[in-house]
Amino acid sequence: MDALNQFFAIYGSLVNFMGINALLALSLYLTLSAGQLSLGSAAFAAIGGYTAGILTMKFGVPFLLSIAAGSIFSGMVGLVIGLPVLRLRGVFLAIATLSFGEVVRIVVLNLDITGGAQGLVGIPNFTTTWGIYLTLAVAGYGIARLRHSRAGWCFESIREDETAASAMGINTTYYKTLAFTLGAILAGLAGGLYAHLNYIITPREFGFSFAVDLLIYNIVGGIRIWYGPVLGAFLLTALPEILRGTGVAAGPMRMAANGLILLLVILFLPNGLVSIFTRNRKPPAGISPVSVAEEV
Amino acid sequence: MDLLAQQLINGLFIGSVYGLFAVGYTLVFGVLDMLNLAHAAVFTLGGLIALWLVETAGLSLWLAFPGAVLACGVLGLILDRVAFAPLRRRADSNFSGLISSIAMAIIFESAALGLFGARTVRFPVHTLSVHIWRWGGISITSLQVEIVAVAIFLMVVLTQFLNRARAGKAIRAVAENDLTARLLGIHVDGIIAFTFFISSALGGAAGILFGLYFDSLSPDMGRSIELKGLAVIILGGMGSIPGAIIGGLAFGLSEVLTVAITGTSNLRDAVAFTVLFAVLILRPAGIFGRKKMREA
Amino acid sequence: MLLQVKDVTRTFGGVRALDGVSLDVEKGGVHGLIGPNGAGKTTLINVLSGITAPSSGTVMLDGIAVHGLPAHRLAAMGVARTFQNIRLFPAMTCLENVMAGQYLVASRPFFPRLFCLPSARRQEKEYREQAMQCLQRAGIEARAGFPAKALSYGERRRLEIARALASRPRLLLLDEPVAGMRQKGVQQVGSLIQSLAEEGMTILLIEHNMTFVMGLCSRITVLNFGRTLTTGNPEQVSHHPEVVEAYLGVNHA
Repeated sequence: MDALNQFFAIYGSLVNFMGINALLALSLYLTLSAGQLSLGSAAFAAIGGYTAGILTMKFGVPFLLSIAAGSIFSGMVGLVIGLPVLRLRGVFLAIATLSFGEVVRIVVLNLDITGGAQGLVGIPNFTTTWGIYLTLAVAGYGIARLRHSRAGWCFESIREDETAASAMGINTTYYKTLAFTLGAILAGLAGGLYAHLNYIITPREFGFSFAVDLLIYNIVGGIRIWYGPVLGAFLLTALPEILRGTGVAAGPMRMAANGLILLLVILFLPNGLVSIFTRNRKPPAGISPVSVAEEV
Repeated sequence: MDLLAQQLINGLFIGSVYGLFAVGYTLVFGVLDMLNLAHAAVFTLGGLIALWLVETAGLSLWLAFPGAVLACGVLGLILDRVAFAPLRRRADSNFSGLISSIAMAIIFESAALGLFGARTVRFPVHTLSVHIWRWGGISITSLQVEIVAVAIFLMVVLTQFLNRARAGKAIRAVAENDLTARLLGIHVDGIIAFTFFISSALGGAAGILFGLYFDSLSPDMGRSIELKGLAVIILGGMGSIPGAIIGGLAFGLSEVLTVAITGTSNLRDAVAFTVLFAVLILRPAGIFGRKKMREA
Repeated sequence: MLLQVKDVTRTFGGVRALDGVSLDVEKGGVHGLIGPNGAGKTTLINVLSGITAPSSGTVMLDGIAVHGLPAHRLAAMGVARTFQNIRLFPAMTCLENVMAGQYLVASRPFFPRLFCLPSARRQEKEYREQAMQCLQRAGIEARAGFPAKALSYGERRRLEIARALASRPRLLLLDEPVAGMRQKGVQQVGSLIQSLAEEGMTILLIEHNMTFVMGLCSRITVLNFGRTLTTGNPEQVSHHPEVVEAYLGVNHA
């Protein structure tokens, strides 16, 4: 037990960040799983975090209620933004969500109630490591089961080919918006947990860089299955510590390591690191592979 | 009134740098249908390399400028060879190319950090002699004029090149339809590499001009222009060179005017990104539509 | 009369892809849609399946006006289709492709799935079996576990048909179902279509393979330049002077 306590004393903060980043990576995964390249999770985390923080700090709302309110509000904003924005495809959607993120960041930077550039200071520390990982477990389980639900099949169909999906009866607008909104709710929840972690939340933490980081967690981990983003988030959040342990100094080398990992993954393991484990899945035995001569 | 005129002039000056930067962005998008997010990192390295050539190698700016621009062109070739060419055959090449460019951006930025340090630096005081002209309440520095002249010169040269030169027309052919271009005997891979060379050279040039204009260079100077560059090319229409130029000017003007009207620089970016967001929702094709470079 | 198309036009910018097309499709049976390239056949299918809305004109499905409805609403009304360029879900297996096509008939409630209840497992088994049946009908059940992108060209076309069948449609729109296939495959698809028609499904198909069309269809509509040239049985159509002219040129008329 002592060893565990010691571990937490040194690495507790890191473990917490790993959990929060995993939640945020999952929130992005939800929209990616429906084929939508939205990079808005950072913005929704900010919305959820600030809302929850303000409710707890300035209005004395109980913790669980605040983070719930924060995530619901974030979801509502997601719904409102999602409807027009999801008509865009590919990079256009990414840019639209990134610019939305910038607008959020600037609004938060300039309002009094959000504390301006200094952010909200003095948020009570209600988040516990268990709380984070419990949320992560529930979210992960829910998303894993979602894959087998009707919505999950729709997300996958839309991702593979949106036109064909609509020809099969799927209301693509509805399901894309659903994925987007669920992502916003989860991101808002993670933001709320984050706000109550270190007494402070500032505008800087949820900008363009972080939005791109979340995408990187997803790509490196793998976006074919729900634990890919979690793995990516864990690995890349812990990477600086791991590198420090192997003697790599802070600064450029660590940054380069991030970039190098991403490059190697996209070039050689495009389905992410999890594909290492699922790579050798062969077709059912007894059925011979297709040969060109048999084409009918 | 004079203040307004002064602001307009300032807006045009900074707008021409934005335009130069955006032209490189849109060139690659027009040819490859892909966003090169490493463009901002090349922008940064352009400025820093020029500084190094002036400060450490003792070259005059007249030599350092083309030298650094050429070096950036080579960086563009490296980008193509390492990060994009291997992905060209893939079905999702726009997306994986995007990710790849993010990876290279991180690697380039870490190189900038490692080679040039994290401090903000500036060109030595006597790099360029500066005269100031005044009319009534308006002042224009020779530096501003030189910057605009260089930017315009480069943009004109590029436009002429695309319209008249054989290689330029080949680029436009590949932008229209790379399969047909290949069938016509155009060496598509070589043309693409050349496009990256030009695009990155222009990006580097923009970085040098930016560093001269704001009298400061730092490894993260690309951050501020990255999203703005995207806004400019969306506004002007992705793939359209005149769009990038006009979009850049418009953007520079709107930035400067926002600061002038609101009296503070806090909301400057918010207006820009709200406009971007609105353009994406209402007319994603931008001013000049989703046209390839046949309009150049 | 299952389908009634009246004076449908569709313009894209300056191009009139469809210029006042009218045709009627009876319930049950195979109706062919032929015409030279660029005649507007695929555009018409796109209008009928809701991918595009007509610029003017009406489309009535079983007496209900459906022109302008989005694709998913038309699918819900029993219209299924295949695509000229084949739009499969490449990363999914063949079986999964068909199961995805079951959207309209598979309810999959969330809570039993959330808790992995036996009822959910039973349901999935049922859906899998039904999907396998569609694959069997299309003759590609051997490829069930293979990713769709690993299939040969002809198998892909048949997978698309299998997927379209999964939603148990009453009107099946086939856009060049045997294009590029070899004789054996063409025959297999032909007998599949025939047996579907015998079971009461209505089929409208676009094809360039004249033997296939003439042998299979009870009625044929010919399009040219976005307009209906004529409609009739195979005998009438193949001897219609304008049809011969459109395909073979003036000297053969």
